[in-house]
Amino acid sequence: MKKYEDACSSSSEGPTESCKKVRKLQPNLCEFGFDWALLPQEILLNIFQFLPLLDRAYASQVCRGWNQAFHMPELWRCFEFELNQPASSYLKATHPELIKQIIKRHSNHLQYVSFKVDSSTESAEAACDILSQLVNCSLKTLGLISTARPSFMELPKSHFISALTVVFVNSKSLSSLKIDDTPVDDPSLKVLVANNSDTLRMLKMSSCPHVSPAGILCVADQCHGLRELALNYHLLSDELLLALSSEKHVHLEHLRIDVVSENPGQHFHTIRKSSWDAMLRHSPKFNLVMYFFLYEDEFGPFFREEVPITHLYFGRSVSKDVLGRVGVHCPRLVELVVCANGLRPLDEELIRIAKRCTQLSAIGLGECEVSCSAFVEFVKMCGRRLSQLSIMEEVLIPDHKYNLDEIHWEVSKHLGRVWFPDMMPTW
Amino acid sequence: SDQNFLARYWPASEMVGNTIHWFRKGLRLHDNPSLKESIRGADTLRCVYILDPWFAGSSNVGISRWRFLLQCLEDLDTSLRKLNSRLFVIRGQPTDVFPRLFQEWQTSQLSYEYDSEPFGKERDAAIQKLASEAGVEVTVKVSHTLYDLDKIIELNGGQSPLTYKRFQALISHMDAVESPAEIITAEVMRKCATPISDDHDDKFAVPSLEELGFETEGLATAVWPGGETEALTRLERHLERKAWVANFERPRMNANSLLASPTGLSPYLRFGCLSCRLFYFKLTDLYRKVKKNSSPPLSLYGQLLWREFFYTTATNNPRFDKMEGNPVCVQIPWDRNPEALAKWAEGRTGFPWIDAIMTQLRQEGWIHHLARHAVACFLTRGDLWISWEEGMKVFEELLLDADWSVNAGSWMWLSCSSFFQQFFHCYCPVGFGRRTDPNGDYIRRYLPILKAFPAKYIFDPWNAPESVQKAAKCVIGMHYPKPMVHHTEASRLNIQRMTQIYQQLSCYRGLGLLATVPANPNNGGNGVGTSPEEIQHEAVAQAGKDPLHPPRFLGCPYHSKTCIFQRVGLKDMLGHVFFFNQIELVL
Repeated sequence: MKKYEDACSSSSEGPTESCKKVRKLQPNLCEFGFDWALLPQEILLNIFQFLPLLDRAYASQVCRGWNQAFHMPELWRCFEFELNQPASSYLKATHPELIKQIIKRHSNHLQYVSFKVDSSTESAEAACDILSQLVNCSLKTLGLISTARPSFMELPKSHFISALTVVFVNSKSLSSLKIDDTPVDDPSLKVLVANNSDTLRMLKMSSCPHVSPAGILCVADQCHGLRELALNYHLLSDELLLALSSEKHVHLEHLRIDVVSENPGQHFHTIRKSSWDAMLRHSPKFNLVMYFFLYEDEFGPFFREEVPITHLYFGRSVSKDVLGRVGVHCPRLVELVVCANGLRPLDEELIRIAKRCTQLSAIGLGECEVSCSAFVEFVKMCGRRLSQLSIMEEVLIPDHKYNLDEIHWEVSKHLGRVWFPDMMPTW
Repeated sequence: SDQNFLARYWPASEMVGNTIHWFRKGLRLHDNPSLKESIRGADTLRCVYILDPWFAGSSNVGISRWRFLLQCLEDLDTSLRKLNSRLFVIRGQPTDVFPRLFQEWQTSQLSYEYDSEPFGKERDAAIQKLASEAGVEVTVKVSHTLYDLDKIIELNGGQSPLTYKRFQALISHMDAVESPAEIITAEVMRKCATPISDDHDDKFAVPSLEELGFETEGLATAVWPGGETEALTRLERHLERKAWVANFERPRMNANSLLASPTGLSPYLRFGCLSCRLFYFKLTDLYRKVKKNSSPPLSLYGQLLWREFFYTTATNNPRFDKMEGNPVCVQIPWDRNPEALAKWAEGRTGFPWIDAIMTQLRQEGWIHHLARHAVACFLTRGDLWISWEEGMKVFEELLLDADWSVNAGSWMWLSCSSFFQQFFHCYCPVGFGRRTDPNGDYIRRYLPILKAFPAKYIFDPWNAPESVQKAAKCVIGMHYPKPMVHHTEASRLNIQRMTQIYQQLSCYRGLGLLATVPANPNNGGNGVGTSPEEIQHEAVAQAGKDPLHPPRFLGCPYHSKTCIFQRVGLKDMLGHVFFFNQIELVL
């Protein structure tokens, strides 16, 4: 797009001839006699920050002064590279010219950067290409986000790792790192730690299959400022939890764990209750978010003892039995989302959860069944603490006490606001 | 010729009222107020259906829908014959055809049923202009929807309601649905006659599928035969069954519900063979009779109201069937993958539940609404992460009751692209099917290749031991495809994607999944006030005139001209980087 080229290529050394001429003939006076060209840079900056990039680029072509403002470092602290190919995405990509200019003129201004790539390997490669050029960058935040299929995983591992380590080594002040679904491995985590252990506060690395429990343990041992961690269950160990609860460590704020089954009948290890207790002692307010993507018969090791889960999501069908155990062993539960259960009512299980999970404020039920009376009872017991109640209409089974038309009034009454179940078109 | 005909019956000095009734939808003689109105005072009537000659070949309409339409037209022709009239099927485009007809037939009046869809409104505006240029009076009546949709929009402060709940609340404050118009009988026709030439069949007959260029060899008989006669018969059956069951609750889903029912009405409502208002009133009468109760709940009309809702949301939005530039649609980075799309469309995904549904759809033209949810979820936010627009196009081709508004609206809904839908629950392509039809009979019926699999494995045959596969004479990977995705992995990824998108939309900084979906500003959180005052109050507040009720969150569509989703959406990054938690929202 030409406008980017124009915007970026305008010289900053002295006015051009035509600009001088324009200045003499036509001062940019508004009706109050104020010359727009004299608007202070700080105000321009403020205004420019509200403009989307495209509008800013247009504005930058108005005059030299505005062009200079367009290139002020403050406007280039944050950038999101959108890398899409027409063959694999409907959305537009960041213009290659713009990318070139950013690397040339602004790479040392960049502090908060993310890459959004579509499902094509080309896009992931383009991201790596940019990453390898960020040698002058002192990034605080880096996010690698795949918006469809995880294309970073399709790259040759070494290619990806070498690009990523450019940032790890050069930034030395990385605070937040989001590298889910990438081929990052233990050695590269060591490099991360070696250079950024003082500053790292957030690390999101769910579904990074090349990392081992030892690799993540290294991070926990060295990065004592780590407040947020997201990883897969296979990386979780008692040692990790203890490391995160060590005296040198700050309070952990969020721990997110994805429990994903690759093949039916997969076996999962257990975490000792004492490890969870240590975590709680060290970080009493921490949030434990767990996403379960397991087959019904793989829940054996889970919910046998008390576990400090606050946000719980079941992405596949989960049995009544497991939900019953949740009621018993998750006293800190704040949000529960059940994708599917099956065709036996969850009456008892819900009531137990209402009783024992006194912090519960959000619940979502998908393909489950609950009798209307039990549901009303559940809502009555939870009362107004339920700020999110998302129940599919099909979940509620009318019984002798309530039918569907009556239930929403009952529930609304106990919630203190008007409530309806979620609906799906029945066309 | 027409001149002789007219001269015989009317003295030359008298003005002759020649009327044309233009059938588009509304392919019926019952509850057809525009037709009824135009007959009144007319001397001649000609009912026309205009068939766009390019339509058959290039448009996205499959053979089942063409067949259904042609059967509707045949049925109309038959019914008109009983009134000494005929149907005139004319090939061409309306803007070319009408000036010619106005001239040839000395038309004084043109009537048609109101079409609320944006394309229809545009086409009709052009025809109205041509009509006024030719001195032809135009009579238009609403009869394809229960209500005048513009009135519903007016009640909502000039905007289409964005949630079904809101829509229901508005409906409960509308005036009663207008009664269906009387059926056209010989008495209604009175002196109005139709000039029928000897060569009518050559010029104006309903074409056959072969004439339209379709290959009909091997085509099975229609499971859903088209036409008003069939529609009315089904209506009676439908009501009989309801009366017999004496239960007006939502029926529990079972394996049988998946199969085409002889009381199913949706294709007939779409083409207008059955009047929605007739259905509405008959349902109401039956309810009052059986329940001895005078006020039926809104849920009784569920099917009709959903249809009405989508018509209402679509009527003022020409981009309703697109993601880009559609003010009510979330911009989601769907994957472009024609190969995967083809597998889904052709029933080759390797998931028997999905494939059986798509097979039934292709063969018969109708699938149960829960089956639609299953395949729509699988294509979009559940597994394949492919754009809902692609799915919509496939349904447009194959589904008999998919008209523009309802099809686009349903797809946006099912892919969680609009209407403030929670996206957390995902229909499992194995589990959902298994729970609906534990025995697997539905699979066996539509995928005979899997017939011999035991119920235990028929929904996930790839997990069956080799011996079972061999015994079933169907080896997965050879006779039937392997599953095209790993469902667990796909749903894990996709829930992340949807969460990412919605967190940006609502600028939500917390950890909960449910709160990421922004609350609809005109929906009061989870519900809506139901008194007329409350509704008006909200409507006024939305219009930004009431300083006591500022917008609930930034980007309320009713305060700014630009759409809520585009202002806070993916494109408008302002250089911000979102990291989905409290620490990292960097501004």
